[in-house]
Amino acid sequence: MRHVVLGTAVGRAEGPEKVTGAARYAGDHAPAGCAHAWPVAATVPRGRVTAVDAAAALALPGVLAVLTPHNAPRLGPSDDPTLQVLQDAGVPHRGWYVALAVAETPEAARAAASAVVVTYEAAGHDVGFRADHPGAYTPEEANGGHPAHREHGDPDAALAAAAVRVDCSYAVAPLHNHPMEPHAATALWDEAGGHLTVYDSSQGSGPVRAALASLFGLPEDRVTVVSEHVGGGFGCKGTPRPHVVLAVMAARHTGRPVTLALPRRHLPAVVGHRAPTLHRVRLGARSDGTLTALTHEVTTHTSRVREFVEQAAVPGRVMYAVPDSRTTHRVVALDVPTPSWMRAPGEAPGMYALESAMDELADALGIDPVELRVRNEPATEPDSGRPFSSRHLVECLREGADRFGWASLRTPRREGTVLCGTGVAAATYPVLISPSTARAHALADGRFHVEVNATDIGTGARTVLAQVAADALGVPLDAVTVAVGHTGLPSASLAGGSSGTGSWGWAVHDACAALTARMAGRHGPLPGGGLSASADTAGSAGQKSPYSRHAFGAHFADVRVDTVTGEVRVARLLGVFAAGRILNPVTARSQFVGAMVMGVGMALTEHSSVDPVHGDFAESDLASYHVPVHADVPDIEAHWIDEHDKHLNPMGSKGIGEIGIVGTAAAIGNAFRHATGRRLRSLPLTPDRVLDVLA
Amino acid sequence: MADGSDPRPDPGAGAVPPGPGGAAAPPASRVTLKVNGTEHDLRLDHRVTLLDALRGHLLLTGAKKGCDHGQCGACTVLADGRRVNSCLLLAVTQDGADITTVEGLGSTAGDLHPLQRAFLERDAFQCGFCTPGQLCSAVGAIAEAAAGHPSHATGADALTDPGPVTLTAEEVRERMSGNLCRCGAYPRIVDAVRDVTA
Repeated sequence: MRHVVLGTAVGRAEGPEKVTGAARYAGDHAPAGCAHAWPVAATVPRGRVTAVDAAAALALPGVLAVLTPHNAPRLGPSDDPTLQVLQDAGVPHRGWYVALAVAETPEAARAAASAVVVTYEAAGHDVGFRADHPGAYTPEEANGGHPAHREHGDPDAALAAAAVRVDCSYAVAPLHNHPMEPHAATALWDEAGGHLTVYDSSQGSGPVRAALASLFGLPEDRVTVVSEHVGGGFGCKGTPRPHVVLAVMAARHTGRPVTLALPRRHLPAVVGHRAPTLHRVRLGARSDGTLTALTHEVTTHTSRVREFVEQAAVPGRVMYAVPDSRTTHRVVALDVPTPSWMRAPGEAPGMYALESAMDELADALGIDPVELRVRNEPATEPDSGRPFSSRHLVECLREGADRFGWASLRTPRREGTVLCGTGVAAATYPVLISPSTARAHALADGRFHVEVNATDIGTGARTVLAQVAADALGVPLDAVTVAVGHTGLPSASLAGGSSGTGSWGWAVHDACAALTARMAGRHGPLPGGGLSASADTAGSAGQKSPYSRHAFGAHFADVRVDTVTGEVRVARLLGVFAAGRILNPVTARSQFVGAMVMGVGMALTEHSSVDPVHGDFAESDLASYHVPVHADVPDIEAHWIDEHDKHLNPMGSKGIGEIGIVGTAAAIGNAFRHATGRRLRSLPLTPDRVLDVLA
Repeated sequence: MADGSDPRPDPGAGAVPPGPGGAAAPPASRVTLKVNGTEHDLRLDHRVTLLDALRGHLLLTGAKKGCDHGQCGACTVLADGRRVNSCLLLAVTQDGADITTVEGLGSTAGDLHPLQRAFLERDAFQCGFCTPGQLCSAVGAIAEAAAGHPSHATGADALTDPGPVTLTAEEVRERMSGNLCRCGAYPRIVDAVRDVTA
């Protein structure tokens, strides 16, 4: 009998541990004799450390050490310069770590950190981001390896000749990932055995091991990194971050196990942020709505430590059939913290701008915004000309409109002092897949155990990989256990780019298929040690696809605008997605809805700013940086259409972790316009801005 | 800890030895905490929060440190039946208190609390880091509503009625807004809380 487990609703494998407090996160490990570290952040916006006086700190009871640029262990090379902590006196931005206190207790470590006296030679700084900054340049690439600049035909001439044009500028503020678990690491250095073990809050323990091995001059087989349970990441734990380097440094320096849990307020300066983006979008169309020209010009900032370019103009290369187009990025290197990945880098801010501009064009043309998008559906990917492996954006728009009751809600309403309106936006996110390895064991007792160094940051990876394994083995789900989150397991790619299930699942599928083949050739009971099979998808998953592969979606928002307080509330939010085969509707719905909640934050409350004088993020903690709370979030519906795509992976799945945020902010912004007749082109839609535009 | 060995969870934990400069150990006091039904006598540095006493001294790491400033709710536990941000309370002020953490609500070895079961059934979490706080906060919120405590979402009529407040979805959202969830599990948390109160 064939057991159907893929595509069925299965509860989260580690759920019982998480609801009882038994799940251990990186900072929950307390090895015997564990000391605690507390970092000291630079208090000048740029300059250099001229002296560190640790005498007062070291005189405090329980203090073990104070590491500084002068006495910290020297590190080996790293690809990422933000990991070269305490290696020189330079301060490239405020919040850069300049010392580390290590003590017997967290209380003593914190007291010691605040007693360290750092003297600086301050230098002039520039944190002022603007589109016409003289330092702006066109990089070679944007994040993800996308060419920074693409041009087809003559977009300027096509715009000039267009019957209808819109020319709009949009702004997205810096945003912070702020996973609920601040970055933490517990490092144990076994001097006798020469082995380093680190519990790290990371989206990929493999890259952490590689970085630590290089930085500390160890062969990789003498480094173990464990990321068993991770309290969210959303990109900011995608690659190793400075905390893990500092924890290992402190463990080596003191000879003690050390735990370092970053203070929440330090996160914005040291773990990456979504860079601010300024967008100019120009669309030209015929009077029937057919697009004839598109330009999307993005300016963003990066740090002087490392170039990171938010690829926000990239969605324009995928979304609509336009013969003449320009999609381009410019970046300004400033004395700011280094930006990095935050959920749907590129697509989230880029689609806010593009989908807001499409709404403006629909207004200008007098065409229904759903219909305008449908009319510009491309036959092939506009930029590359490659065929889509599957594309069901139109179906998402149509089904979403039906479910939402779109047609009956196109007249804005007033309820007393509250204005009500609806908006729509499309979403897209690429299918990313990385090679991985996995091993499957058939145990003598009839059960199966699958090993893969995947990371479950809350996505449900453990659960879905067990389903993939059970499906490939043709056995019931409860016959399968899965081990993830440990570098002792077969190496696998990090949890990022919505690539986990496709990448890890492919390797798990292949290992289980190989095991099934081995078992089919056998008769009689298994040997005592069971049977095993391994898989490496370097040759399959690593190949470039001839297809353009993307998930698509449509968001619909029903919004209330209080004309007295300026408060914007989302009454209802609906997303319909076409994301290949949905492998587990329970965990998938949580992913889609959760990302839409983050989109509500992006639209309405989340906003950071760099203080021009002090050079730091003014909104650095959860009291000032407003992530959505229960009361901000209405009933959110997520649905998906049945999409069969043979050109993805053996499961037929696309990534689902990020697309939920992509169209949410634009849908809410478009609903605001529908409700009020006014357009706000800067996020978030906070009362000060709302009252200004309504005045 | 004066002998350098790991003291936890012995009484005396938190008493920091003198620094190399001979600095006096910071002030410490004996504190009795009844946690999940078990009494613990601790000697704690006065700077130790209730959260750090639970996590670092009693090795009850279910309560989480998400911000250490009372902004996120991940550290929520019940103190004498009331929900508190344990990161904002110094442990010495809780001498004699009866503390319940997520570990005390229920365990897989024994019986799960109905709310824990509802969270599992509703998939009311993803990364799980806020979950212990959400659970303890929900237990507290349900008790507050049962005791007739109004919230911002409580209608004017109910304000004069000393009876229990019905936990509508809006009431749950309002009362649970001190517990952040970055994974965005809010709608299912509300469903789970209402499952056990319906």
